[in-house]
Amino acid sequence: MIKIEKLHKSYPIGKDSLHVLKGLDLHIKEGEFVSIMGSSGSGKSTLLNIIGLLDTHDSGNYYLNDQLIEKLDEKKAAILRNKFLGFIFQSFNLITYKSALENVALPLYYQGIGRKERNEIAMKYLEKVELADWANHLPSELSGGQKQRVAVARALVTKPKVILADEPTGALDSVTSNAVMDMLEEINAEGMTILVITHEEDIAERTHRIVRLKDGIITSDERTKKSVSV
Amino acid sequence: MFDLDRWIEIFQTISKNKLRTILSGFTIAFAILLFTLLFGIGNGLKHTFERDFARDAQNSVYINSGVTTKPYKGLQSGRRVQFRNDDIKFINEKFENDIQYFSPNIQRFNVQAIYKGEQSNYTVRGVYPDYQPLEEAIIEEGRFISALDIKNKAKVIAVGKMVEKDLFGSKGALGKDISLDGISYKVIGVFSDPGGDNDERYIYTPFSTAQSMYRDYDELDYMGLTYNPKLSIDQALAFSGLLEKTLKEKHSVDPRDQGAVRVFNYAEGAKNVQQFMFVINFIIIFIGIGTLIAGIIGISNIMVYIVKERTKELGIRKAIGATPTSIISMIMLESIFITAIAGYSGLMIGIFVLKSLGDSLEKYFILNPSVETYVVVGATIILIIAGTIAGYIPAKRAAQIKPIVALNDE
Repeated sequence: MIKIEKLHKSYPIGKDSLHVLKGLDLHIKEGEFVSIMGSSGSGKSTLLNIIGLLDTHDSGNYYLNDQLIEKLDEKKAAILRNKFLGFIFQSFNLITYKSALENVALPLYYQGIGRKERNEIAMKYLEKVELADWANHLPSELSGGQKQRVAVARALVTKPKVILADEPTGALDSVTSNAVMDMLEEINAEGMTILVITHEEDIAERTHRIVRLKDGIITSDERTKKSVSV
Repeated sequence: MFDLDRWIEIFQTISKNKLRTILSGFTIAFAILLFTLLFGIGNGLKHTFERDFARDAQNSVYINSGVTTKPYKGLQSGRRVQFRNDDIKFINEKFENDIQYFSPNIQRFNVQAIYKGEQSNYTVRGVYPDYQPLEEAIIEEGRFISALDIKNKAKVIAVGKMVEKDLFGSKGALGKDISLDGISYKVIGVFSDPGGDNDERYIYTPFSTAQSMYRDYDELDYMGLTYNPKLSIDQALAFSGLLEKTLKEKHSVDPRDQGAVRVFNYAEGAKNVQQFMFVINFIIIFIGIGTLIAGIIGISNIMVYIVKERTKELGIRKAIGATPTSIISMIMLESIFITAIAGYSGLMIGIFVLKSLGDSLEKYFILNPSVETYVVVGATIILIIAGTIAGYIPAKRAAQIKPIVALNDE
């Protein structure tokens, strides 16, 4: 599903440049539940942004769903994101003036799906995250956990190939963190490929594979106990 | 192509962000309001000006005689030049093609007019039928002096409305007999004059009648004419210059003598009026455009701020699949919509204020302040164009922000 070969990325800082990713190789198959760990500055967010087509890489190859990603203009990237990727962010990133239902339905709007149909689909996914009763509430009226569940519903609504979660539990307490991870587990069990970025061991332990990053290099890539038990 | 979904999206954004909408709407509405008021008041000034300078026909030329100030061809200075009937013939033959209307004039001041015990003093003028269009007098009742009256030296008069009011009250003057210095005249017409009350206190009588009554032989006081309206102002000035030169020659007056033969051409005044109007127009347009530009800059600033404020939202939209085109069109449609609505309401308020002002500012030389339809339509079009430009630049910039940068924006 995701295949990365010798990926390099650096950011210009004044006249110098900061080499963030130093030749990564990573292969994630369909249906995997992978976490990427590393301290801040290890390059894990950069990696996720490149995988998520939110940022471009300098050299190396990146295949998403067997499609080589290169010379992507904004428009193509937007279409690919909409079609293949679902995002979950640490800070939820819901649109503040839209209700939970409208937030979930928004990706479908950009797919050109009619209002009635997209609200029906969005409602189905809100039911899935057990927030149907909160459909018409604004994000400010929801708790952190509820917001993240809305974000999960939004990520799922387009039936993407991959869910990319950037510190999905970073802003949540341990109980709600577990609830969100339960949900991701459930989604993965249905066959969805999920990539989680985290710096919390216990969150990473709940995925099936942990990739550790340090200074732009993969230091370890191993299966967890969880994957053994499945 | 009309896309209902897109408009629903835009209306939601507008209505959920009321402060922002009101702020930007207010700026543009205020600019257009000022623009409309300014234009209307400028037009009011113009109307006053046009009215006050519209006493006589704009293409009038008046010819007066006086006393020579320079000796010429053996004649001493201080000689009085007297126009006579042969001057009428002379001018009409020589300048046949340049003249539209022509009338000589004999004036008698302080003529006592009496009708059944009511009496007052007026100026009596002996004129040709052409004097009516010259003075731009409007016949309200009856008729003006006719060619037949001139031929018959008829004792008939046309009186101004003020004369009728003074002597007859509300009874009407037409057909009555008035005594002028003891001689009885029949009133054949009553006229009004755009020049106002003073011009409506004249009494007109046939030229021949006045000449036999008040003058020796064939003397006359002055001549008035209007030049052919096809002449341009410069051509008209050339015509009156030639007329003056020819008349001076005929009466043996030094060409440089300013006193003896005086030709006054309204075209000179018209030229000044034209220039003055041009200046007023220029000022109005300059300030009007300035106001519009200020409004446009205002809305541009607000749009820049709005886009900045929405950076994160736009980043989210991009992350979940919004294309740059959809972002640009969303922001631009919002901008155009707000500018068009706000601008239009500003315009309407302005027109309403101008309408309700009406003529109440007449003492400040502002008469009937109003804006023309083409100005209204033009300003609306300018607004929509402005809205487009104001929206496009920040929208374009917003569409170019990398979603990752936008998402990190707090």
